Amino acid sequence: MMKKPNNMMLQTLARLIILVVLSFSIYLMLAGHNSPGGGFIGGLMTASAILILYLSFGLNPIKKVIRFDYIKIIGIGLLLPGITGLVSIFFGFSYLKQFFGYFHIPLIGEVELTTALPFDLGVYFVVLASALTIILTIAEDDK
Amino acid sequence: MTLLHWAVLSPFIAAILIPFLYKYLKRIHTGWFVLILPLALFIYFLSFIPETSSGNVVLNNLDWVPSLGINFNVYIDGLSLLFALLITGIGTLVVLYSIYYLSKQKEKLNNFYVYLLMFMGAMLGVVLSDNLIVIYVFWEVTSIASSLLISYWYTREKSIYGAQKSMYITVFGGLSMLAGFSLLYVIAGTFSIRELIANADLIMASSLFIPAMILVLLGAFTKSAQFPFHIWLPDAMEAPTPVSAYLHSATMVKAGIYLVARLTGVFGGAPEWFWIITIAGLITLIWGSISAVRQKDLKGILAYSTVSQLGLIMSLLGAGSAAFYFQDGDSPLYMTAILAAVFHLINHATFKGSLFMAAGIIDHETGTRDIRKLGGLMTIMPVTATISLIGLASMAGLPPFNGFLSKELFLTGMLSVTEYGIFNLEAIGFIIPIIAFIASVFTFLYCILMFYKTFMGKFDISKLKVKHVHEAPIGMLISPIILAVLVVLFGLFPNLLAYSIIEPAMAAIAPGILSPGEFFDVHITHWHGFSAELFMTLGIIVLGVLLFITFRKWENTAFYRGEQDLFNYAYDYGYDGLIKGSQWLTRIQMTGRLRDYFIYMCTFIMLIMGYTMYRYNLPLIQNLDLSPIPVYTWFVILVFLGSILTIPFLNNRIAIIITTGVSGFLVALLFVLFRAPDLALTQLLIETVSVVLFMLVFYHLPKLKKVKTPPKMKTIKLIISIGFGLMITLGSLSAFSMGQEANYESISEYYTENSKEKAGGYNIVNVILVDFRGLDTMLEVLVVSLAVLTVVSLIRLRFKGGEDV
Amino acid sequence: MELLMSIVIGIIFSVSIYLFMSKNLLRVAVATLLLSHGVHLLLVTMSGLQRGASPILSFDAEAYTDPLPHALVLTAIVISFAVTALLLVMSYRTYKVHKTDDLEDLRGSADE
Repeated sequence: MMKKPNNMMLQTLARLIILVVLSFSIYLMLAGHNSPGGGFIGGLMTASAILILYLSFGLNPIKKVIRFDYIKIIGIGLLLPGITGLVSIFFGFSYLKQFFGYFHIPLIGEVELTTALPFDLGVYFVVLASALTIILTIAEDDK
Repeated sequence: MTLLHWAVLSPFIAAILIPFLYKYLKRIHTGWFVLILPLALFIYFLSFIPETSSGNVVLNNLDWVPSLGINFNVYIDGLSLLFALLITGIGTLVVLYSIYYLSKQKEKLNNFYVYLLMFMGAMLGVVLSDNLIVIYVFWEVTSIASSLLISYWYTREKSIYGAQKSMYITVFGGLSMLAGFSLLYVIAGTFSIRELIANADLIMASSLFIPAMILVLLGAFTKSAQFPFHIWLPDAMEAPTPVSAYLHSATMVKAGIYLVARLTGVFGGAPEWFWIITIAGLITLIWGSISAVRQKDLKGILAYSTVSQLGLIMSLLGAGSAAFYFQDGDSPLYMTAILAAVFHLINHATFKGSLFMAAGIIDHETGTRDIRKLGGLMTIMPVTATISLIGLASMAGLPPFNGFLSKELFLTGMLSVTEYGIFNLEAIGFIIPIIAFIASVFTFLYCILMFYKTFMGKFDISKLKVKHVHEAPIGMLISPIILAVLVVLFGLFPNLLAYSIIEPAMAAIAPGILSPGEFFDVHITHWHGFSAELFMTLGIIVLGVLLFITFRKWENTAFYRGEQDLFNYAYDYGYDGLIKGSQWLTRIQMTGRLRDYFIYMCTFIMLIMGYTMYRYNLPLIQNLDLSPIPVYTWFVILVFLGSILTIPFLNNRIAIIITTGVSGFLVALLFVLFRAPDLALTQLLIETVSVVLFMLVFYHLPKLKKVKTPPKMKTIKLIISIGFGLMITLGSLSAFSMGQEANYESISEYYTENSKEKAGGYNIVNVILVDFRGLDTMLEVLVVSLAVLTVVSLIRLRFKGGEDV
Repeated sequence: MELLMSIVIGIIFSVSIYLFMSKNLLRVAVATLLLSHGVHLLLVTMSGLQRGASPILSFDAEAYTDPLPHALVLTAIVISFAVTALLLVMSYRTYKVHKTDDLEDLRGSADE
């Protein structure tokens, strides 16, 4: 199915769309705490962006460009929430207690930083990598 | 954690170390390392004797699950100390014996000692804990350890059979006991034994008293091999002999006796408790002693004799429980029974332990335990013969050994039962001493038979598999000699134990009978004058000898030739029947058709939901506060319904995927209308990925065949599916209407109010996910990863040849 | 609205159960997907629909829709995707190994 895609229209459009979708997905991921979005949605959005690449350019060219092992990303994603949880134990709070604070960073201005962010980042990684792994494993089994 | 807690846990810790010691120090027999622990513990527990003999108790608390009232409180009084000393003392001797019994070249010593230590720790936990749930946990560990040890030679079919049998019976009892404990908790609101005893009146008055008592007794009776649950004990003799000596005569089987003794303070005084325990004990006593006569295997005789002796102790505890009925202090009438129970418990451990070890020696040296093949070993194994003679004489109740003393006390106790004048005893009480007398005659008989058949008569090497028979090595003899010396010592000077061990144990069995500072009168003498007990003992000896002399006359009767216990047939038939029955039941319903399973499940769910709704008059649709339906929603819903309803009629792969995809996107649209932006986004993206996934997989799957369903089946399918849908609709409405009717405050109020203040986030859904319910999300992500790993392994992992499985 | 949605959910369940009872693996996979749609909508519907604003505090509304079912359903959507994927892959592998997607032919022998 994805052996020889040769579609000029699709490929040209894909290059454009990817940029928009990827940056939007990162926005969704970061803004999740205060407006719709978050790790689940951001992860899925990024996954669909990368899927567009695979659909339009085919499996092998993209494999050469993106050299991640997605399963390892799942592992990282699982570790992140676990570690954020452990950190609060070191400070004498219960497991997975989250903190937040408002900081002033030059050039950017007032920024809210939360410990929920690394947690959500972990979710993001797991969802992203899971969706991609499932699809790509099946696709690779084409032979 | 106090030193006492560590003492209970130390065998488990040692058990962890054993496999390493076994692996890296192969030259030294692992038993030598193990030996240190019970010896140290024994000395440690000895140091508590001054404390308990002055009437004090030791209590160390450790919270475990305080919210459920489960605490690992270690409690030492006379009774638990007696058991702790038995466990560690006999444990030391058994480990020493096992070093010579099990060869370090041939046997898997690591398994043996790990199980043995596990048992030792669990048994200490049972007798030292004050909390019923902790007792239950350790109780089950002893069952498991016992089964593992019975199946130690796990390639033998009989070992497996015995292990399974003991497991089924004791675990059945254990679970009943747990139910009984829970009932006690329901009545008194505590798992602590001390508090239960303090609330004994409350428990006695409860309507759950009888069920709780019976359930707890099931646990005690199965563990202590009381009739008719005794059948597992003879089969447990497949275990190595050190195990039989330790678990199946001296300690584990006495756990039931411990429990009964311990809970006498809770249940004692009730006529049901008195009758059930006394009668069960007496039946076990006589059944065990008669069955023991029929056995031809040395360990078989000892197993049934253990059963019968356990019955003896049990019946004494039953008789002694009458103390709580009278509540009037130190009356010798029924305290004799409790005294006899405690004293016989100690004596039985000593003489039965030595006898088992002697039987093990004979088995080890001659290669058989069949008394028909043995004979004339007296001259060849003089030391073993002497040990056996002492043990058997004590068991038969001959002076001057300790068995004589406790047997006399037993007869006194049973005779005095007739004088109680309560619980209708005057009518049928006379039968109790008669049963005791007959059982004792048979006890005497199998003791003579066992000695005569093994050590007297003619020695015939041709019946044995070995070429030479000689006395066992000295190391193997040390333990039985120590026990035999104790038999003689306690026989000659019984008052050594009187106020150090026995009196504190009695005080613990019958708490609250004495006022503080008082002591029970424990004075054991050899000579009571020409009393009824003395004549009964003489009668037992005369009748026993008579039966032995006429042995040749009844040797060939059916009674002696068979050795199977009647109840074994019941067990075997029951077991087979259970397996066949469940196979039959499985076969008729497990058709292997997904369709059939769905029909079962849906019908059942519909019945339950339908009944519940009927019962509570649901749904309440009169006054529903429904939100208005905007016009554009109609449009979305109609398209949605249309796409859903076409799916079953489609026969084209691509059409099905696309229609399913459309319905999925419409769900996302519905979420938008329901003001759930996060859901809408997620659904939209998931649907995109899902469609790609479906496309990929469907591409590999064959074309859809047009299937003809028989009209009857089609009707059933339609009825089930439409009925189920209807039920869900009604269920959804009921939930909604009930929520409105009761006007609950939603639990999400908390999240809405605190999302900003406590978590610094404005998107409540996301805050719930990553902050308030972070652990749930973490585990949920784990589930997703597991699914992915399964997918990957399903597709990528193959056998080396690349073949599909 | 709630009444209408309850009926719609009932229909989704009916169709899904009907598909579950068919002999074809693909239809079973679709049935799983539909069933999860049904459950998600059910969870959202039971707490009441279109009452209050989206659960985002920046809207500063007087009342918000219940966020708890949303959080539940959000995770459920992702999980059901994983489950559907697993089921699809299993049916795909089953077909490759046994060369059939007919559940009737895939039954084990009666004595198992």
